[in-house]
Amino acid sequence: MSVIFTVCRKEIIETLRERRTLMGLLLGPLFGPVIFAMLINVMVSRNLTSIEETLSVPMLGAERAPNLVAFLKARGIEEPEGHGVATVEQATGLVGTGEHDVVLAIDEAFDTDFGTERAARVTLIFDRSKSRAGSRIARVRGAIEAYGAQIGALRLVASGANPNLTRPLIVDELDVSTPASRAALMLGVLTYFMLFATLTGGMHLAIDTTAGERERRSLEPLLALPVTRANLILGKMTATVCYMLASLALTLAAFTVVLRQLPLGAIGMSSNFGIATAALAFLLVCPFAPLGAALMTTVASFTKTYREAQTYLTFVLLVPTLPLAFATFLNVEPELNLMWIPSLSQHLLITTLIKDQPLDAGLTALSVASTLAFGLLLGWLAVRLYRREAILG
Amino acid sequence: MIEVEDLRKSFGAVRALDGVSFEAGDGRITGLLGPNGAGKSTCLRILSTVLRPEAGTARIGGIELAAAPLAARRVLGVLPHSSGLYQQLTARENIEYYGRLHGLEESALATRVATLIERLDLKAVADRKAKGFSQGERTKVALARALVHDPQHLLLDEPTNGLDVMATRHLRDWLRELRRQGRCVLLSSHVMQEVEALVDDLVIIAAGRVTLAGTPAELAARFPGSSLEEIFVAAVSGTERSAA
Repeated sequence: MSVIFTVCRKEIIETLRERRTLMGLLLGPLFGPVIFAMLINVMVSRNLTSIEETLSVPMLGAERAPNLVAFLKARGIEEPEGHGVATVEQATGLVGTGEHDVVLAIDEAFDTDFGTERAARVTLIFDRSKSRAGSRIARVRGAIEAYGAQIGALRLVASGANPNLTRPLIVDELDVSTPASRAALMLGVLTYFMLFATLTGGMHLAIDTTAGERERRSLEPLLALPVTRANLILGKMTATVCYMLASLALTLAAFTVVLRQLPLGAIGMSSNFGIATAALAFLLVCPFAPLGAALMTTVASFTKTYREAQTYLTFVLLVPTLPLAFATFLNVEPELNLMWIPSLSQHLLITTLIKDQPLDAGLTALSVASTLAFGLLLGWLAVRLYRREAILG
Repeated sequence: MIEVEDLRKSFGAVRALDGVSFEAGDGRITGLLGPNGAGKSTCLRILSTVLRPEAGTARIGGIELAAAPLAARRVLGVLPHSSGLYQQLTARENIEYYGRLHGLEESALATRVATLIERLDLKAVADRKAKGFSQGERTKVALARALVHDPQHLLLDEPTNGLDVMATRHLRDWLRELRRQGRCVLLSSHVMQEVEALVDDLVIIAAGRVTLAGTPAELAARFPGSSLEEIFVAAVSGTERSAA
């Protein structure tokens, strides 16, 4: 036990003194929260503009439909002055280059057809592949359709009929999602950032255990000391876990601060991500640290140099995303036959936590137990690999 | 006392040790001499128990390595080919770390480290990080580290490599001091001039076999008129091969 403690303490001190490594360890956990804040800000600003901002839409032949133009203007859709778009071909070109998101072309026969039994036509010119344009297209289309519906209803009234004749069905929507559960969709990404920060926190030491010591030529004299290799590697993995947990705690603290600053309410979300939630999330992800440490140490033990190990471990960072991608695609809920999968089980528990739903004690226990069991298995493998002669390189 | 009997070890198709036997006595400095790739390092690695031989036995202080590697490591100090110090730790911390892993009590450790720092003249650099050390300073710290548990046996792999004249002289003085204390010192080298003034016994190996062994005086008597250098060259010629 004292050997494990001695090795662990030395690894922690040594890493603390490596300024560049330490900088990485401090910046890594902040990466997630910063990206997340940027993501939310973009979403919020896009949603807000589509509701409040005046939308400028060049219109061809506006003089043929003054009432429609006035109706659109009342809904914040205006023609920019001197846009110079004169033909449909021109409009197509300008939409293609992204100069305008939407152009409205009013048919040449609009004023003669309007008011007769023939339907008057307008054409919307847009590029659906530009994701930014999506909400604007919908807005213009919605406004024009509302104008059409209004005129139709007025005509029915004028001819003495009930306008509801043409509306045999009314769809009412009742969305039972709470602001917290809407947020969960977005905040689900959080789990990955947490697992990512946990893994990156231990990466340096996991590599150092084998490839690093070998490269610095300190492995051989170390192995000639009267301590078992199992104790050496357990000491190193303990230090790795310490750094991983510190990194996790740091990223959770940053998230707690960042999520408070974000205008989540503006996009119909709320966040219950306070200190209590963060602490609980820390406890739920904790069991993942030994597993990650053992996994990275095992992978690194096959490599010859620090650099080579870094390359392989970058792929290891992607491993926990696989179950998460699966979970996002299939929109799975916590259930017994999924909770034994490490990283997925943490994701499901944290999603539950963020949705403000109660955690199931049994499923939580299963997640903790299976993650620790996988960790033990990989830890055993890492010890076995450390005993090989090939470890000397 | 280090006893080696018929050690054999291969790496793939390369036979690094092909039946090596020799003894290194207490109170003596034994030089393991051979060209690059002769098997010196493999032999020392087996003695420091980081490698296991395929056949043959090795005993350190009467302890059979295969049977009790941990017990053998307690009576053995190792100065590796390159110092292998931890760059971010100070000289003192490097020595203390090994002392703790040897299981020394903190009070005994502090006294021992202070003594070693004094004796090896490390006071000036004791609390500096190993990062900026010169080759000579690194070797001194590594030597102090190898001696921290007061081992009866000491293995040194090419200890004078990269040292300047003064540092080499100091190292020789310390090794003579260790001999005087009755310790068993085994060092490897590929340069005869470096060791002929120092060693009591010579073991010349080439291509994984011992080709010649004895005291310098014995060897000189067996090949009258030849220098030790010439004897060494004759003993290894024809067996030289590229480093494995």
